[in-house]
Amino acid sequence: MILQAFFWYFAITMPIFAFLVISRKNPVHCVLWMLVFSIHSAALFLFLNAEFLAAVELILYAGAVLVLFIFVIMMMSMKEELAGELVIGEWPIAAALSIGVVLMFFFGVSNFAKGPSGPYTIEAIKAETNTRALGKLLFTEYLFPFEVASLILLIAVVGAMVLAKRKD
Amino acid sequence: MKYAMLIPFLPLAAFLINILFGRFLLKDRAHIVAIAGVFASFVLSVAVFIQVAGGATMNSDLYSWISSGGFRVSVGFLIDPLTAVMLIVVTTVSLLVHIYSIGYMHGDPGYYRFFSYLSLFTFSMLMLVTGNNLLQLYFGWEAVGLCSYFLIGYWYQKQSAADAGKKAFIVNRFGDFGFGLGVILVFLVVGSIQYSDIFASVGSLQGKTFPLFGYEVDLITLIALLLFCGAVGKSAQLPLHVWLPDAMEGPTPVSALIHAATMVTAGVFLVARFNPLFSLSPTAMAVVAITGAATSLFAATIALVQNDIKRIIAYSTCSQLGYMFLACGVGAFGAGIFHLYTHAFFKALLFLGAGSVMHAMAGELDIQKMGGLKKHMPVTYWTFLLASLSIAGIPGLAGFFSKDEILWMAYNGGMIGKIVWVVATIVAGLTAFYSFRIIFLAFHGSFRGTHEQEHHLHESPSVMTVPLAILAVGAVGAGWIGIPQALGGGNWIAHFFEPVLGHPHVHGTHAEEYMVMGISILAAALGIGTASYFYVMSPDMPKRLTERYKQIHTVLWNKYFVDELYDAIIVRPTKWVASTILVGFTDAKIIEGIVNGVPSLIQSFGMKLRKLQTGYLQHYGIVLIFGLFVLISIAFIAGTKTH
Amino acid sequence: MPIPMEWYLGLGGVIFAVGMFGFLVRRNMFVMLLSIELMLNAVNITMVTFSHYLNDLRGQIFTIFIMTVAAAEAAIGLAIIVTLFRNKATIQADEIKEMNG
Repeated sequence: MILQAFFWYFAITMPIFAFLVISRKNPVHCVLWMLVFSIHSAALFLFLNAEFLAAVELILYAGAVLVLFIFVIMMMSMKEELAGELVIGEWPIAAALSIGVVLMFFFGVSNFAKGPSGPYTIEAIKAETNTRALGKLLFTEYLFPFEVASLILLIAVVGAMVLAKRKD
Repeated sequence: MKYAMLIPFLPLAAFLINILFGRFLLKDRAHIVAIAGVFASFVLSVAVFIQVAGGATMNSDLYSWISSGGFRVSVGFLIDPLTAVMLIVVTTVSLLVHIYSIGYMHGDPGYYRFFSYLSLFTFSMLMLVTGNNLLQLYFGWEAVGLCSYFLIGYWYQKQSAADAGKKAFIVNRFGDFGFGLGVILVFLVVGSIQYSDIFASVGSLQGKTFPLFGYEVDLITLIALLLFCGAVGKSAQLPLHVWLPDAMEGPTPVSALIHAATMVTAGVFLVARFNPLFSLSPTAMAVVAITGAATSLFAATIALVQNDIKRIIAYSTCSQLGYMFLACGVGAFGAGIFHLYTHAFFKALLFLGAGSVMHAMAGELDIQKMGGLKKHMPVTYWTFLLASLSIAGIPGLAGFFSKDEILWMAYNGGMIGKIVWVVATIVAGLTAFYSFRIIFLAFHGSFRGTHEQEHHLHESPSVMTVPLAILAVGAVGAGWIGIPQALGGGNWIAHFFEPVLGHPHVHGTHAEEYMVMGISILAAALGIGTASYFYVMSPDMPKRLTERYKQIHTVLWNKYFVDELYDAIIVRPTKWVASTILVGFTDAKIIEGIVNGVPSLIQSFGMKLRKLQTGYLQHYGIVLIFGLFVLISIAFIAGTKTH
Repeated sequence: MPIPMEWYLGLGGVIFAVGMFGFLVRRNMFVMLLSIELMLNAVNITMVTFSHYLNDLRGQIFTIFIMTVAAAEAAIGLAIIVTLFRNKATIQADEIKEMNG
């Protein structure tokens, strides 16, 4: 019962936070609401037995990405930017489309047929701990994609510097 | 005898080399390649002729050209006595003209181009005569026409030459249209265009009819007449003769090769090749005979009064081609081809002689402004004289035997034959007259040109006179292979042709043959005598006659006003249609309307479509998501249906 | 009584739609970037849900990769915005329309 109560808490608050992220006029407020959303997301991961990911979510989003956002926003003076319209004129079309997508998701989810169950049951993970199990998998079976991901990050680091550098 | 297949392709190789490398690499050495190619062909042709004389023939395909359903065309070669003789004629004259051109075209800026065209022409003509099917013949037919166009308009900077080239091409279209229809009709009724298949099935076509404009027309007659249409155009017979005199705008070696000795005889070759077909249709044969006789008289009378040396010889060519058709028309195909063969020598000689005269006279063509050239250019004079004697039909020379054979065959050819015999005999007299008119006006008497021209007079270089001498040998001796039995000869050529061209039944006696011969010799002597009386003994006689019969002279001088007639009934209406209806309406309104309308329609559509590209990131995003939405919905619907 | 998997999936779908809506309608490029982060987070929730309910860790592995790409994308995206602001003096998406027809 308590589990369901928590779930309903997340189910109600997270879409609201998400909506707040996209609806605030001041980007700084958006980023702050995004921070709240990330913390809730991390908590939701705990419910789903993904402790490692919960930690990563907090560290990566709350600790890195959103701080980066704040830095960049602070760097620019956007006084006049805040004066204009919040949304484009065609927003009703987009709204209709979004509702359509939600309905499609619900339709798809309600017809969902579960696939075969894998070997990592809750008991198996408990015996090994989540992080260890994930690490073993990542550095054996998914080693190559892992290296590719590191390369992507390297490119992102170099690319961001090249793009943002003043040409003079 | 497979090597015979090489004969056409050697000049083609020479053409390719010259056209590709002539301009920058070979330049004034272009003749080496061209002559090498033609000489090799000539040697092979002689070898082929010897083998064919020994009784060998060949009919084999080189490779399959077109194969579509029941329609099969191969590049194939048929070597028989007719082809062998044509090969000798084409390669000999072509070789001599090539050599002559070294001197004649020396220093011309388009030297390599000239030799390229000559080689291409030789290739085309050889393809025409060696083909074993109608389409290959048609290919050669059109290709020689194209080369003729190139070479008549060789000096394209000159308006008259460019016009003459176009005229030759367009007039030939009329004939070739009929020829093309004939080829199609043959394929339609026979189902094949191989000669062997056609000749094998002509017998079964006899008596069949073909519906044409609501009338039932005799099939064989129709085919024969359609094919004859092409022959009329190519061989400059009435009423499509108008292009040949104008074709003299081209360089003289070209006139000698194409417009005297080889290409124009393609029509005769066609009729002779299809003799099994023509023989079955008396109507077609009569048409051929009458066309030939009419052209021969018509052209000879025009030649009487002209002053342009090349045009006289051109009309003479027309007239002699008429002779050959006349022979074919009375069933004496062998005699026609025999005349074609001898004619090639003396007519090429006449043209090359005229070229030599022009060379000395710095391009002057008017025989009234010549005179007394005999002492300045002896080789040209003597060879020209031999050719004239030969064409006039003086006994012992080549022209006599072939002409006599034709006259004798015509005499034996029934009612129509008798009529054409009378015409042909008159023409023989006229021929002698105009030939010797040239001799007396150009070579005898005193020089009537300018002082400058007289100072410039000289014999042509040996590279030009040697071919003249060789051709003169041909003009004298080429006929000795056809000495009739009445004169103690074996008439070897008639027997040689017999397997292909047949031999008409002759029922006349030797006495009659002597009479025919005598009359023709008399006519020739009369012609020469009159010419000598008019132009040597009493030089003011022609003038008096001209004044007395002014109307006749005007008609002849203006070539029976045929050009003016065609101008009025064909050229001007065509031009009117072209400029008023086609250019003014069809082109300006319809074609340009479509050509400009379609793009402007697309442009205006594009201008509207362009608005879709707003440049707003969000618009693209919305469209993208919408597309995704539609695709996933389709996937869902399809998924639920299969379950 | 355990929570059905479909509920989590539905939650992910709703968050995704909200993020998508934000991306489509907002003029401010910062918020558009944040919307992308929202959508990626929604996908992460879905992935982890699958991982949990199917007893398979591959969902979590995927999530790690998605987070990596999200971080890279945020860095590059912000760099682009900085460059854009320097050149065009605006970060409103609908004021940059050089590509219009």
